[in-house]
This record gives sequence, structure tokens and C-alpha cells, in this order.
Amino acid sequence: MTPVTLTKKDFKSDQDVRWCPGCGDYAILNAVQSVFAEMGMDRSKTVIVSGIGCSSRFPYYMSTYGFHTIHGRAPAVASGIKLANPELDVWVVTGDGDALSIGGNHFIHALRRNVGLKVMLFNNRIYGLTKGQYSPTSLVGAVTKSTPNGALDNPFTPVSVALGAGAAFVARSVDVFGKHLTETIKAAAQVKGSAFVEILQNCNIFNDGAWMHVTDKDVKDDSIVELRAGKPLTFGKTSQFGLRLNGFDVQKFEIGKEGAIDDCITWDPGMPNPGLAFAFAQLAEREMPMPIGVFRNVERANYERAVHQQIAEATAKSGQGDLAKLLNSGDTWTVS
Amino acid sequence: MSTGTSPTAPKTEVVEEVVIRFAGDSGDGMQLTGSQFTTTSALVGNDLATFPDYPAEIRAPAGTIPGVSAFQVRFASNDIHTPGDAPDALIAMNPAALKVNIKEIKKGGLVIVNTGNFGAIDLTKANYTYNPLESHDLDAFQVVQADLNKLTKEALAGLGLDTKATLRCKNFFALGMTYWIYSRPMEPTLEWMKSQFKKRPELVEANQRALKAGWNWCDITGVFQSRYEVPPAKLTPGKYRNVMGNQATALGLVAAARLSGLQLFLGSYPITPASDVLHDLSKFKNFGVVTFQAEDEIAAACATIGAAYAGNLAVTTTSGPGLALKGEAIGLAVMTELPVVIVDVQRGGPSTGLPTKTEQADLLQAVYGRNSEAPLCVIAAKSPSDCFDAALEACRIAVEHMTPVILLTDGYIANGAEPWLLPDVAKLKPINAKFRTEPTDFLPYSRNPETLARPWVKPGTPGLEHRIGGIEKADGTGNVSYDPANHEFMCRTRAEKVERIANFIPEAEVKGAQSGKLLVISWGGTHGSIASAIEKCEAAGKKVGWVHLRHLNPMPRNLGEIIKRFDKVLVPELNLGQLVRLVRERYVVPAIALNKVQGRPFMTSELVTAIEKELA
Repeated sequence: MTPVTLTKKDFKSDQDVRWCPGCGDYAILNAVQSVFAEMGMDRSKTVIVSGIGCSSRFPYYMSTYGFHTIHGRAPAVASGIKLANPELDVWVVTGDGDALSIGGNHFIHALRRNVGLKVMLFNNRIYGLTKGQYSPTSLVGAVTKSTPNGALDNPFTPVSVALGAGAAFVARSVDVFGKHLTETIKAAAQVKGSAFVEILQNCNIFNDGAWMHVTDKDVKDDSIVELRAGKPLTFGKTSQFGLRLNGFDVQKFEIGKEGAIDDCITWDPGMPNPGLAFAFAQLAEREMPMPIGVFRNVERANYERAVHQQIAEATAKSGQGDLAKLLNSGDTWTVS
Repeated sequence: MSTGTSPTAPKTEVVEEVVIRFAGDSGDGMQLTGSQFTTTSALVGNDLATFPDYPAEIRAPAGTIPGVSAFQVRFASNDIHTPGDAPDALIAMNPAALKVNIKEIKKGGLVIVNTGNFGAIDLTKANYTYNPLESHDLDAFQVVQADLNKLTKEALAGLGLDTKATLRCKNFFALGMTYWIYSRPMEPTLEWMKSQFKKRPELVEANQRALKAGWNWCDITGVFQSRYEVPPAKLTPGKYRNVMGNQATALGLVAAARLSGLQLFLGSYPITPASDVLHDLSKFKNFGVVTFQAEDEIAAACATIGAAYAGNLAVTTTSGPGLALKGEAIGLAVMTELPVVIVDVQRGGPSTGLPTKTEQADLLQAVYGRNSEAPLCVIAAKSPSDCFDAALEACRIAVEHMTPVILLTDGYIANGAEPWLLPDVAKLKPINAKFRTEPTDFLPYSRNPETLARPWVKPGTPGLEHRIGGIEKADGTGNVSYDPANHEFMCRTRAEKVERIANFIPEAEVKGAQSGKLLVISWGGTHGSIASAIEKCEAAGKKVGWVHLRHLNPMPRNLGEIIKRFDKVLVPELNLGQLVRLVRERYVVPAIALNKVQGRPFMTSELVTAIEKELA
């Protein structure tokens, strides 16, 4: 049988997409469909699991298997699916409220265990589906329906949370950076264990322009640094800026004036120590460029495979379980 | 022939049954002592029932009242259903154990007291302002005082164990005494010690010596006037083993996986008194069992739903507080119509309540405890060994009717033990697990015309890709639908699917009188107490009918007809009246509630009194 080549269209379901016109989710859906087609993914072996929120409608628009679960619980449902059948390709689509607020516990534990899930978190710094309350990634001072005088609590940086949970693959991309986004999703798709991708996404209704300060075409060259494996970290329209280490800190400098290109950090997402990745996760909060790309990509034992390995080992050692023998085990006696 | 010098040999009395209670500090090994006595009694062929009663704290302050741990075992040559109301004998390892338990011991009963722990400090810790052994408190009992601490030290002298390790063996000295008094063989326990302390030969020797010393002390001192013998029970012929409820639940789940040909998945979070099911199943790896200790109760339920979706026989185990946390997820399983089994080993509540004590107060939570119209099947186990059959039944209904099923057990039957007539594996009925693989005319929410079950489709099946979720489904296609008429149709369909399970379960059977003045309706772990009460009433010539329900939602089809044959309905429960509400509501009868919520099972006498009152 000749393999059928699938196109992007083959990954579209028959359902009408019902995000607001102009929502960043359209671009992400488009990117995912392209990557799945390009990678020749098997629709029947792919399951997309989501929680609750605008982003979580995602599975309905894909022609794969899909499960739209309950608020925050997608990683837990997805973990069950992956444990039950490790052969399935399981993707989780979630949002900042879904993954980091109500579902924070499941999010960190799935990453800690390194269950083979690809988690895409659409971060728009707002609760969209409930019509505009602040989220755990909203900035201090954010004026929303539930914080008319400004949000008071410090936000999470999703990449930091993922790194803190011990995630083996952590990346960040942007809804409107088509090529970068497809490349990042493709890299995540190839990971055996957990892969976490934060996607900066615009909610044009309740938090329009939340990422404009970094993604707008007039400022992005100076406000974004792309993490590329094996490449020196430079940014700016003419790559005139570099990032170097100063003690334990990251420092920005002008190449040629304040230092040489060789002073730049050469990015290595495979570093065993997650320290530098963590420092970069915090960078944008400190008037520095926002890093995008792969922060971390290391090999770690994969949970569901280890679980089935233990089962295989126990079976090899004691033989396939015999039910009659099991019931008859322990102290037995016969009444005649 | 007597050799002359030993005291008069005690006479051996043959008795039908004995109830003894071992009580001590929670560090004294009373649970272990009791379970050894149980195993030995099972091996000599007695019928038996046990009641372990221990504090929620692992080690409450030593010697205090909250730290008392007890294990009651009733062993008999006749068919028994409960661990007994009032013990014939108490072994009290310290003043606190004496104080807590003495009021329940039969007058004239045997009380063995370890005087080694009756110093001034020990008495104070137990809130005694005087020494009960020097008072008239125990006048109604046959009291045997022995310094078990000193006797154990003497027996273990020369072994080189320190005092702490030596004293830890005193429970086996006490066990040895009871083996002598009740004519039990020591061999099973001696053998058990060998395997238990395989890597510590000095502990094998120490514990064996303590056990034998306890036996010999009774034999030599002549303190006891009588020994007792309880002959083997006339049980149904066959092979037996002793089993606890949680063990039987775990075995039933493994059996269900075999009978359905599915991989068993357990998603669970540790909670008393359900954790033993997780412990047991995590040992059965060579049966292909996947156990997943989740980060919390919600994740355990959600992972279980994921596993069911992926085609496993998916089970989550918990107790009341955990069931509350799982509520939203169970609603998702109702909406997505996936076969999920939820085992709730009930305990005293609300909130943390009495974690190690029993109660039947989660019935309404099981039937109704979710947002909106979320019907599901609820069944209950009636005894430790019945947990096996109940687990099988829960899995069968879940898989064949595509619905979540809640199986209710409770702390009393989960930790209690009884002899189990082992089933013939070849005769267990297969569970019909079918997966849809045919793409032609596939609709995710089409229905089996008899059961109304929707098709079960494993992701990975080509051509059947579809989406499900918690949003209301359009009939047939399963697409998101906000249509008002469709919503009502789907709510009614989900309810009817659960109601139709009644067409596939056995009708209720009435024990005793088939019609007349009084019908007793009960459910769950009270079965043993009620069986004993009904037997007593019948023996006294009283006419009473009794139905014990396995299926609580839906209930058996003929229950309404049975109720009509009686003037009155009495519903005894370990709660403030839950089944009684369901019965009143469904059959519109003024059912009478009989309730107890003390974290303890009914006493047979309490039930007999209540039944007599209603018959009067």
C-alpha cells in the first residue's frame, strides 16, 4: 500500500472554527495543521486533549482524535491516555488560566514525570472565555474586569514554571511568527518525553496588544532574541547587540563597542544545568530582550515507557499472571 | 498420665464460638497479633469475622487513650456474619486499653492484663486517678494479671537484644497465651515468623521464643481453670482463604480485566481506608496492571477517564473526601459516556471526619453528588469477600453499559476479614467488552437499542477519528450542540440508559417472611449484622422479611412490588438516613429509618431490639 500523503486540509475537521475574528489562535491552528501534514502524522494515532478556555476548543477543529475535557485537567486526562496506550501521539492544548491557575498541579506533575505529552500553552495574559478577568500571567497593574484598580499579584513566567518542574523540553514561540512557530512545534513533536511550548498569543478582544511591545514589527528586532542551538546570542536589526555572562547574570552589550562577538553566549539547550535556561526565562522581566526558541532540550527517562518496562520485567520474571493461582495464593484450606 | 507434680490439668470445654479482643497501644502490634490469631483460626477451619479498630494517628502519644489500637476476632464452629457484639475475652496491654475496652466485655468474661505497664505514669497517661486492678472495677470479670514485660524479658534472656527490641516481642507472648487458652496450634505463626523476619534470624528466634513462652506459661502456672476448643465450622465444602475487603476488591478488579480481555488501569491517590487497593494492585504487574499514583484525587479520576477513553478497564479508588474532589471529573465521564469504575471505601465524615472508622454516609453523594443531571450506576459490597463479586459487577456494568459506576464499600468490610470460598475461575462469566472498528455509518453517539450504550472506540482506530468532550453533544454525531430540545433529549437519554441497567441485573430476593408486617431493606457493609439479627428474630418465631440491596441505582425492578407486600419498611443504615430517603422518594412509602453514626458497625442486639419494636 502506498502511503497517502496528507495535506494541511486533511487535518481540518468539518466543524466551523468559532474563535473571534482576528484571534491569534487561528494562526496557531494553521501552523499545527501544517506541521502535522508536513511530518506525515497519522490522524488515527493522534489525540489532542484540552481543558477549558478559548484555546481548549482546539481539538474540535482538528480531524484527529480529540478530547475536550474540564478546566485545568487536560494534562491528567492526557497522562491516562498515554499510560494506557504509549503508541498514541498525545498533544495538550491549554491556556494561561487553564494550565497555570486551576490546572497548575497537573501541569507541573506531568512535566516532572516526563510523560510523553506535547503541551502547547497559548499565553494571552487574560481569561478570554469568561470575558476578561486577569490571569496568572497578567502583569502587576493590569486593569481587567476583576481588577478595576489593577492586578496586585506577581505573574508566573510559564517557561520558568516548566523549567522549575524539571521539564526536559521547554520552548517559546509567537502566534504571528509563522516560520518560527512551525519550527518550534516540529521540534516539540520529535521529543519522546514531555515537550512544553509557550506560544505568545494575542486576544484582540480582551487584551489586545499584550505582546505588541515585543512582537510588533517596528520593535521586534530589538526586543526579541532568538535562542538557536550552537549560535551566538545576538539581536537587533543588524545583530548589533549581544548577550554575555557577567558572573551569574546575563548582560546586554553592543558588539564592537562594548565587546566582541566571541563574548556572546553560544546557546546550548542541552546543558545539564538548567540554570542558564532559567536566567533566560526571566530575562524579559528585566528590560532585556524576550528570548524565543528552545530553552531546554535534554534526555530524561520517559514515564509511560518506564511504567510499561516495569510491567514487562515483572512478567518476564514471574511469567504472565495466572488468575486462578493468584486467587488461591496465601493460606488456604479445604472444607470437605 | 500425669507425672505428679504439675497442677491439676485444666478441663477443656468445647464451645460454639468465642469473641476475643486484643487491645494495646498503637505501637504494641495489636493489629499484627489479631491477624495472626485470625489466620491460625482460619486454618483450623473456623468461620470467622474480624474488626480491626485503630487510631488515625500512626503513633498517638504512647499509653494514652487516643493511642489505643484494638483487633477483635470472632471464631466459630457455626456460620457467623459479624465480629460479635460483646467480647468473651480482652487482652489489655496497658491501662488505656483496659479503660477503653472494658465496658464492652461480657460480664464474667476473661480479662488478661499486662501488669508490666501499670505503673503510676501509665495510669496517669490513661487518666486513671487510681489503679483499677486494686479497685472493684473488674469484680465482674475473671481477671488474670501477668507482667508480660518481665516474662518476655526472661524468655528472651541471653539473646543479646536490647530492652526495646525485647519488649516489642511481648505481643507474641500474649498471642501464645491465647493460643493455649483457645487450643490453637502455634505452627502457622512460627512458620510465618520465619518468612517475615527472613533476614533477621535473631528476631525469628526472639519472636518464636516469646510465643512459646506465653503458651508454656499458661501450661505450667495453672492460672487458667479452663481451656476452650472451638471445632471447625460446617462451611460449604470447597477451598477457602481468608480475605480482607480491600484485598478482595483488588482481586476482583484483576479478575474483571481478565474476563474482559482489557488492560487494567488504576489511577489513585493515597487515602485511608482505600490505599490498600492501590498497594495490592501495584504488586500485580505481571497481570499487566498499570497503577498510577496521581498528584491528587482529581488527577487520579481524570487519568482514569483518559485510560477508559484509550480503551483500558479504568478504575479509580478513594474514600469520601476523594469522591467529593472527583465529582466534576465523574460528570465528564457521564457526559462522554465512558466506562469508569470509582471505588469509594467509605469512612466517617464529613470533611476529614473519622478516617479509620466506618460509615455508610456517601450513598447520596454517590447517587447525586455532581452538578446538574448526572446519573450513573451505584452498587455496594456487603462483606469482605463479597468485594470480589461487587468489583466484577461494577466493571461488567461499566463496560457493557458505557457508564461510570460507583462501587461503595466501607472501612468495616475493607479492613475486616472472613473466610472466602474461592470461586472457580473457569466458571466466572466473561465481560463483554466490544470496540467499534467499522468506519461505515459511524456515529460516536449512536446507541445500542437495548442498553442505549454508545460505541466504545479506541483512539488508534483508522477512520473513526472523532471529538468528544464535556460540552453537550448532539444526538448521534456528538458534535457540540446548544440546541434546547437536544439538551433535554440527551439528559433524558443518559438517565434512561442508567435506568435500563435494571433490565440486566437480578431481581431482589426476600429472605424470611415473603409478606406481612415488616420488611427490612438494607445495603452495603451492614449485611452481616442484619443477617445475624434476622436469624435471631426468626429463631424466636418472629416473622420479618429482609432485602439486602447490591444495586442502589438503579434498584432492582421488583423492589416496589415487594414493598407493597408488607405493612412497614425499616431501613437500618450507618448514617442519618440516606437509603431511606431514596426508598421513600422512589416508592412513596413512609419507610422508617434506623440510624447509627458512631464510626462502628451495628450490634446485632441493637437491630433485634429495633425489629421487635416495629413488630410489636
